[in-house]
Amino acid sequence: MFKIETKNVNLFYKDFQALKGINMTVMQNTVTALIGPSGCGKSTFLRLFNRMNDLIDGVRIEGDVLLDGKDVYTSKGLRIDELRKKVGMVFQKPNPFPKSIFENVAYGLRVNGINHKTFIEERVETSLHQAALWDEVKDKLKKSAFELSGGQQQRLCIARALAIEPSVILMDEPASALDPISTAKIEELIYELKNKYTIMIVTHNMQQAGRVSDKTAFFYLGELIEFNDTQAIFTNPKNPKTQSYVTGRFG
Amino acid sequence: MTHLDIELKQLKEEAIEMFDLVTSQFKKSKSALINNDAELAREVNFNERRVNALELKIDKDCENIFALFNPLAVDLRFVLAVLKINSNLERIGDIADGIARYVVETSTSFDKELIAATQLEEMFDTAITMLTDVRSSFDTEDTKLARGIFIKDDALDSINAKANSVVEQFIKAHTDKIGQCLHIISTIRKLERTGDQVKNVAEEIIFYIEAKVLKHLSAKAKAE
Repeated sequence: MFKIETKNVNLFYKDFQALKGINMTVMQNTVTALIGPSGCGKSTFLRLFNRMNDLIDGVRIEGDVLLDGKDVYTSKGLRIDELRKKVGMVFQKPNPFPKSIFENVAYGLRVNGINHKTFIEERVETSLHQAALWDEVKDKLKKSAFELSGGQQQRLCIARALAIEPSVILMDEPASALDPISTAKIEELIYELKNKYTIMIVTHNMQQAGRVSDKTAFFYLGELIEFNDTQAIFTNPKNPKTQSYVTGRFG
Repeated sequence: MTHLDIELKQLKEEAIEMFDLVTSQFKKSKSALINNDAELAREVNFNERRVNALELKIDKDCENIFALFNPLAVDLRFVLAVLKINSNLERIGDIADGIARYVVETSTSFDKELIAATQLEEMFDTAITMLTDVRSSFDTEDTKLARGIFIKDDALDSINAKANSVVEQFIKAHTDKIGQCLHIISTIRKLERTGDQVKNVAEEIIFYIEAKVLKHLSAKAKAE
């Protein structure tokens, strides 16, 4: 069974069709990169899986969006807060809460009703380890998250997402606001996290897509133009539009 | 035209310059050997430095394009292909240089009968045609022309295969000419290797245009 699957998904923002008949399957423990010019629908597609698009006025979605074989929009008894526990998200700009480093990571556990002190401490430490941040913050867990650098803040946001043990992580240009060293750390992290999570990442950086992903999907004007092994997309794309885009000749 | 397009265009022009330089060296080495023209042979030896310098320039430009532009898809294949074609052409330049050295080292003219019997001129001409064709296929992105190279190489292999017995017969009849016989047999081996280098170039051209890898396939499969 596929971890994620979409069947003929159309998405409209009022009269504007942002996604056109998207069919895609994603295997568990893989990294899928979504690439394409601005406005092509890749972030809209990413936000299907944790239902972030629902918050936008006038959105209409058709087709099936399946997570572990269950439709995240129409399955009976499905709760959005439960869905978002399974599907974590990391955004373009680091967005830590105005709390301590510790409390940022513990936040998801606390709002889910977990109060066991030792359990929370262990989970915070594990999550910070997984996000490759523990060694840098272990002596200042009570300090404000805003005291961290941009790259550290982004890893903190990843740790926060990991703390509630999701099975899917959505990343929307997670390194675009970071310097090369921090970007490299995030990319290494994505590579490590693949062993436990299924990751989908939007990126404008072709080399980043090449470095971190197993599969790459190229979107253009709301259509999925090509979806293939990353290696094939960047060495021998089948569609001329993909070739033009990855070689920087349009978009 | 993007900055990368301009860089790729310049790289192609340099590669064509390398094709032309090496082909010129090769033709001169033939002429020097057939006409026992030591002066022309020395010119080939002298110009070998130009071939080496251009090889280094093209290598450096490929390295810069990789580092600065991170080419992808057809652009990536093109730069990879030029890098390998450059190396193959430089080796053909070495072959022309080596043949010219034989001419400089040999004080007397090569025996016309030996040259005719070994089909040496025919080998040279076939190799020159292959070089000209592969240059043209690179310039015009004509993979059909590139595929024709694999069949033409059969002619070189066939002459090379017969060379030992032909030269052996000649030596038996002309024991005073063993020295130049050794040079001729070495030249034949070099011409056969030239065919292999040109085939490698043709494979790289097809790789970059069609994204197909032809290495280690049979000549028949490559030509199809």
